[in-house]
Amino acid sequence: MNRGSRWIPYGLLFGCLLAALLSASLGETFISPVRVFGSLTGAGSEAEAMIVEKLRLPRIVTSLLAGASLAAAGAILQGVARNPMASPDILGVTGGASAAAVAFMTYGLGVLSIRWLPVAAMAGAAVAALLLYAFAWKKGVTPLRLVLVGVGMSSLMSAATTMMIVFNPRNDAGQAYTWLTGSVYGANWEQVLLLLPWTAVLLPAAMLMKRHVNISQLGDEVATSGGSRVQRVRFLQLMLSVALAGSAVAVAGAIGFVGLLAPHMARKLVGADFGRLLPVSALLGAWIVLLADLAGRTLFLPLDVPAGVFTAAIGAPFFIYLLYVNRNQ
Amino acid sequence: MSAGAIRGRRAAGFILGGLALLLGLAGSILLGAMNYSPETAWDALFRYDPNVTDQIVIRTTRLPRALIAAAVGASLAIAGAIMQTLTRNPLASPSVLGINAGAGFFVVSASVLLSVSHLQALMWISFVGAAAAAGVVYILGSAGREGLTPIKIVLAGSAMTALFASFTQGVLALDRQSLGSVLFWLTGTIAGRSPEMLATVFPYMAGCWVAAWLLARGMNILLMGEDTSKGLGQRTGALKIGIGVIVVILAGGSVSIAGPIGFIGIVVPHMARYLVGTDHRWVIPFCGVFGAALLLLADIAARFIMIPEELPVGVMTAALGAPFFMYIARRGIGKS
Repeated sequence: MNRGSRWIPYGLLFGCLLAALLSASLGETFISPVRVFGSLTGAGSEAEAMIVEKLRLPRIVTSLLAGASLAAAGAILQGVARNPMASPDILGVTGGASAAAVAFMTYGLGVLSIRWLPVAAMAGAAVAALLLYAFAWKKGVTPLRLVLVGVGMSSLMSAATTMMIVFNPRNDAGQAYTWLTGSVYGANWEQVLLLLPWTAVLLPAAMLMKRHVNISQLGDEVATSGGSRVQRVRFLQLMLSVALAGSAVAVAGAIGFVGLLAPHMARKLVGADFGRLLPVSALLGAWIVLLADLAGRTLFLPLDVPAGVFTAAIGAPFFIYLLYVNRNQ
Repeated sequence: MSAGAIRGRRAAGFILGGLALLLGLAGSILLGAMNYSPETAWDALFRYDPNVTDQIVIRTTRLPRALIAAAVGASLAIAGAIMQTLTRNPLASPSVLGINAGAGFFVVSASVLLSVSHLQALMWISFVGAAAAAGVVYILGSAGREGLTPIKIVLAGSAMTALFASFTQGVLALDRQSLGSVLFWLTGTIAGRSPEMLATVFPYMAGCWVAAWLLARGMNILLMGEDTSKGLGQRTGALKIGIGVIVVILAGGSVSIAGPIGFIGIVVPHMARYLVGTDHRWVIPFCGVFGAALLLLADIAARFIMIPEELPVGVMTAALGAPFFMYIARRGIGKS
């Protein structure tokens, strides 16, 4: 590890802040960065303060939180599956969260408060992950079977989701569909508060497992002789990943490929040590989603393209590149 | 399997498939929101009286729908069977390898962004989309020392599917007006398709069914391995290109009519091979018959599961097919 990489997290943090500032000032109405600060401290005009505080800021914070969660979920999952292709969306975990979230919005909202939405999405993600594990289990789980079964699982989940959208009694198919692509469109502070507690608890919890993750990367035998309870740790990791992905999907929809892209970039930047990989992944994920949303909001004005379209546009070719690089394995 | 056993299974399969197809056709015409008597249907087909409403409905709605289901089901199943041979991968099918998604994206973009509505044009655009996806997936899947490994081609396919799906979603987000009408199609549906759509695509499909059958002997040899195939004097390159073109036309044509209907192409070939062995001269016709029957039956079921609403048939086939896919993946892909 070279000494320069110590500064990478700070650089990324700075990058996120810069992107946030940019995102707060760009849009249908341009507000210069200076005036953004002004309106935050209450010095600017009322209209600008309203745009920044009510419209743009919640969107920025939601992007950051959702991106960080998805990226962390991916980093954990890649460790568990010991497969660089494993990401929550390819394996159908986000698909399960989407299906459950759409089901909750369609049938559950009258009965339960919106605060239960992340829980519902997490439950969906957990069910998908457990089914995946169960179907792929045959005297153990090999990465190959996990990925192939995951591909089937994700199409099953997306069929379920589409069915519910098509038959949505409230008939707001368009809205649900945009949400499904992964969009922080119309995010408000309520949504931020919906997501923030989960991210604030789950990310540090994932950090606490760094020693176990590092050991488990050496293989099951080494980990066991090193005193790590492999199966239990693996299960805990899986659940953490599922909870992170689920909570992000509940608020921001299934923003694809972030869980794949960010951990890879992070590994290139700081290496495989989980204690460094996780925070850098999270920061990169936050940054990617924020930029994707910024691009979606501003490039095609007055249209608002879902952030998920941009993450897929970068992520899918990247995935293909990974396939190509790993072609001889 | 002994020769006698195979012959027995073929006979059984032939009777079973024929019956299922007839049953499916009849059911598709007679059953639904309105049930018709066989006599009415008979009259509509052979003693057509344009003054009787029931007969008009049968002629303009039910009959085209049944024929479309049969044609699309047969095409997808045959496409799946020959893809599985070409890639030597039991998990290959137009939906899994992203070909349906590619065709779907091209059709949606053309109709939403460029306002293309000419059927012939949309069909060709669908072919182009299918070809683009198939080309990328095949090249990626076969890059590298080991050539086509199942995991590589499936992953390449699912990445392309994800890419095209989110692009399609992006296009639809740009134009929310068209969303409602496209959404149903995107799930895969054969309800409310016009007979002209079938008439446009059918000649190409039928040509490909015949072409696939004519290439059957070559595919049998290809299955023994590429070296054997070359040693026997077969031009494998030309054969593979031929198979590729057939797949693209069958899948692209199906998508341009009915949207991306998944998993017919993976379930049916396995059923067919179970019944008649691996000889493509038998597998391909059986896939045609079973594929048609399966999609017909799935479409009938889709009318009755959520009365009074109709399910998109793509949801039905995914609900049946995805577990089957996982079963094949679990059984181990080296064995089939």
